[in-house]
Amino acid sequence: METFWFCVIALLWLGYLFLEGFDFGVGMLLPVLGRSERERRVLINTIGPVWDGNEVWLLVAVGATFAAFPAWYAALLSSVYLPLVLFLLALIGRGVAFEYRGKIDSARWRRVWDRVIVAGSWTAALGIGLLLSSTVFGLPLDAAGDRVGSPFAAIRWETLLGAVAVAGYALVHGAVFLSLKTEGEVRERARALALKTAPVALLPLLVLLLTVQLRFGSAWTWGASIVVALAALGAYGRLVLRREGQAFALMGVVVAGTVAALFGALYPNVLPSTVDPAWSLTVAGAASSPYTLTVMTWVAGFGTPAVLVYQGWTYWVFRKRIGTRHIPEVRVP
Amino acid sequence: MDVLDLARWQFGITTVYHFLMVPLTIGLSLLVAGMQTAWVRTGDRKYLAMTKFWGKLLLINFAMGVVTGIVQEFQFGMTWSAYSRFVGDVFGAPLAMEGLVAFFVESTFLGLWIFGWDRLPKKAHLACVWAFSLATIASAYFILAANSWMQHPVGVEMVDGRPRLTSIWAVLGNNTTLAAFPHTVFGAFAVAGTFLVGIAAWHLWRRTDEGPVWRASVKVGTWVGVVAFTGLAITGDMQGKLMFEQQPMKMAAAEALCHTEQPAAFSVFAIGDVSRPDCENVKSVTVPALLSFLAHNDFTTEVKGIEDLVPLYQEKYGTNYPVDPKLGELSGKPIDYVPNLPVTYWGFRLMIGFGGIAVGAGLLILWLTRGGRVPRGRWFAWLALGSIATPFLANSFGWIFTEMGRQPFVVVPNPSGVDGVWMFTARAVSSSTPGEVLTSLIALTLVYGVLACVEVFLIRRYVRAGVAGVLPARKPDDDTGKSDADKSDDVLTFAY
Ligand code: HDD
Ligand code: HEM
Ligand code: HEM
Repeated sequence: METFWFCVIALLWLGYLFLEGFDFGVGMLLPVLGRSERERRVLINTIGPVWDGNEVWLLVAVGATFAAFPAWYAALLSSVYLPLVLFLLALIGRGVAFEYRGKIDSARWRRVWDRVIVAGSWTAALGIGLLLSSTVFGLPLDAAGDRVGSPFAAIRWETLLGAVAVAGYALVHGAVFLSLKTEGEVRERARALALKTAPVALLPLLVLLLTVQLRFGSAWTWGASIVVALAALGAYGRLVLRREGQAFALMGVVVAGTVAALFGALYPNVLPSTVDPAWSLTVAGAASSPYTLTVMTWVAGFGTPAVLVYQGWTYWVFRKRIGTRHIPEVRVP
Repeated sequence: MDVLDLARWQFGITTVYHFLMVPLTIGLSLLVAGMQTAWVRTGDRKYLAMTKFWGKLLLINFAMGVVTGIVQEFQFGMTWSAYSRFVGDVFGAPLAMEGLVAFFVESTFLGLWIFGWDRLPKKAHLACVWAFSLATIASAYFILAANSWMQHPVGVEMVDGRPRLTSIWAVLGNNTTLAAFPHTVFGAFAVAGTFLVGIAAWHLWRRTDEGPVWRASVKVGTWVGVVAFTGLAITGDMQGKLMFEQQPMKMAAAEALCHTEQPAAFSVFAIGDVSRPDCENVKSVTVPALLSFLAHNDFTTEVKGIEDLVPLYQEKYGTNYPVDPKLGELSGKPIDYVPNLPVTYWGFRLMIGFGGIAVGAGLLILWLTRGGRVPRGRWFAWLALGSIATPFLANSFGWIFTEMGRQPFVVVPNPSGVDGVWMFTARAVSSSTPGEVLTSLIALTLVYGVLACVEVFLIRRYVRAGVAGVLPARKPDDDTGKSDADKSDDVLTFAY
């Protein structure tokens, strides 16, 4: 049961990274791909109806961690405190910016919010990478699960690598998404950018997986890492052939393989202690009682399919590519 | 300041702030759903105008509700990690359910509603706004179940020094939840009703176009406010009775009741310093026996005062904190079982008082604008706009009272529950450094402050613009008939 919930949480992270990954990418690329105001609006409107729903994957991943592994939730969030604050501020800024940017017709107003979107998207993507790699590589925890050491204990080369890896992935993923969801010049530019940056931007991810492999690897994580590498190559090839949908799906395989490798390497720990392995939080030790997990299983069993259906429906409703010709005139008070 | 104080300030500031957006979202979303239903059924342009105008303000507010909520979701782990470990088996479940059952629906269908005006058939589009607004209610239920469990833990047993969930139904059906949930939802409608009245009356006063829209809004708002206030009084009375049984100290603190009384009088207001548990120098204007009624439905029940309660608490839960370096300054110190009396006493009164002012102002405005009249004086504009703030204040004071009235406990002992299921706030906090929490406290407060200015600025702007700001001046029934989902070459009706 605990292992099942460990997998559920991995799946929630997978959903989050796949979905909000491209939101982040779109935000990060806003000034690069959106040369004119109209083009920037095209970019924002590709994620307009869905970004909030995507963000809920994070809330549920975190909430489910609280419910299923309270000790993990408590130790991780309190230990990575300051980076998390920055991450939350980034999410706040981004969310408000999407909603408020177009509410006033003033170039200055929009410029400010554009900066918030770009900075917020970069910071948030880096922050997620840092958080996830902290839980994989471990933190200096004592026997009670409290952090010993400085507030910056979570900032080490491995976790910075994780941060850059996720940001790099989001960048490419966002560009591929845009090549799928836009038309005209923006689409061409997004595709060209994805092709140009992918070899560099996905490199940290592969180095991260290699590091994890050397440190904790098993046959199973080897397999996952190889899948990631192949899928990345495949996505590249598909994009060269202008099969954007397939490229996008393969980016999903990239992130699925990554999550499988990271969580596979982590198991049976949920958060290793770098001070003394005996103090590591484990799947069995950090879990809630079987009754709580059973309750959560029922809820997730009914809830998740419903979520997939109506979120899928949303993507179907908004499936059309967007171009500058679809963008209405600004009409605000 | 130590970590405990900083963490409490941070939690208090961020939650009260979150709860400024929350009631407006809950109340307004349902009212907007109702307006859109009226439009779909009658085709009357007035209702479309109302949907669009109030819907736009709802969206401006919603964005802030979302981003401040995210902070809350993380905060239990960040600053209250000891608490999270202690209660995790019980407390995480409603939080996760809220996400899975409510937030997904809320965010997804709101996206569909905002962007779906011309992409969805009319009825499907209407269903989206209903799904969204009902989900806000569901989210309130789950989070209040979590909060009520802290006020009154049920459905658990103690295993290895931690409460372990034995019945999720007991937690979701907690009588504290069943009272707090309708009270909070009525509180949300009080906010939304007054919001409608205040803004619409101001437009009437300015004599802007679209008179019928504003008149209808005043009417709806006032009656929603009246029903909400009645509901608040009834459910508040239920909560009072539960509080009497479950948290006698909070009850005494709400009244700053030092000595046991039988029958107990309800204090309307007090002159002098209520902060001392011996009540010296306090003159209170009272209604005889009313407190007995609030506590137990008759006019004779004895209500225990603080003086008599403190020894009872000391006997049950100890006189001193244990000696433990993690408790910092409090280690080994005597436990103060008396909550902050001025806050609880005045918080309780201001909650009821501001709520009363809100509904009174609504009725007054409805009467003043009867039969097409509108007062011309500046005072009327002030009355209209000023009243908007009152239910927000009432809600904030309600929460401040509820949450500070349970101190020094973060999980209040349940007098008829399982032994040992309680926790001192001082025990709940993370072992972070004060520097960390101070940094986040300052950063969040600053950012929240800036965002408050931005939100008010935007709302003002859209309020001023009125219906013209949200509805194109096309022919009225131009966009009523069409519901074709496939208009890919058209310009989007709505885009960011
Ligand atoms: C009585 C209702 C109520 C209460 C007490 C709280 N909230 Fe809240 N919350 C809502 C009612 C609500 C809502 C009406 O559902 C919101 C407000 C605006 C919105 O966007 O949804 C929301 C938004 C919201 C979100 C963003 C959801 C999204 O992305 O769509 C989160 C993560 C939380 N809340 C979490 C919390 C936590 C952890 C709380 C406890 C301290 C809390 N809320 C108190
Ligand atoms: C949104 C409405 C809420 C408001 C306005 C509110 C208000 C407050 C305030 C003012 C405090 C500080 C009390 C003090 O320091 O003396 C506090 C503390 C706290 N509240 Fe709430 N609260 C709300 C909802 C909740 C909910 C729903 C939960 C749980 C799910 C919760 C859990 C806590 C916790 C853990 C603390 C910290 C411990 C403490 O200082 O007492 N609150 N809240
Ligand atoms: C009319 C008479 C009212 C009575 C008798 C009343 C009673 C109460 C009581 C006893 C509590 C504390 C529950 C507890 O901690 O156990 C409470 C909490 C609260 N009240 Fe009221 N109330 C009234 C009016 C209002 C109004 C007008 C508003 C807002 C518009 C409001 C908003 C709140 C809120 C937000 C809380 C905290 C959340 C909760 O515990 O439900 N109340 N009220």
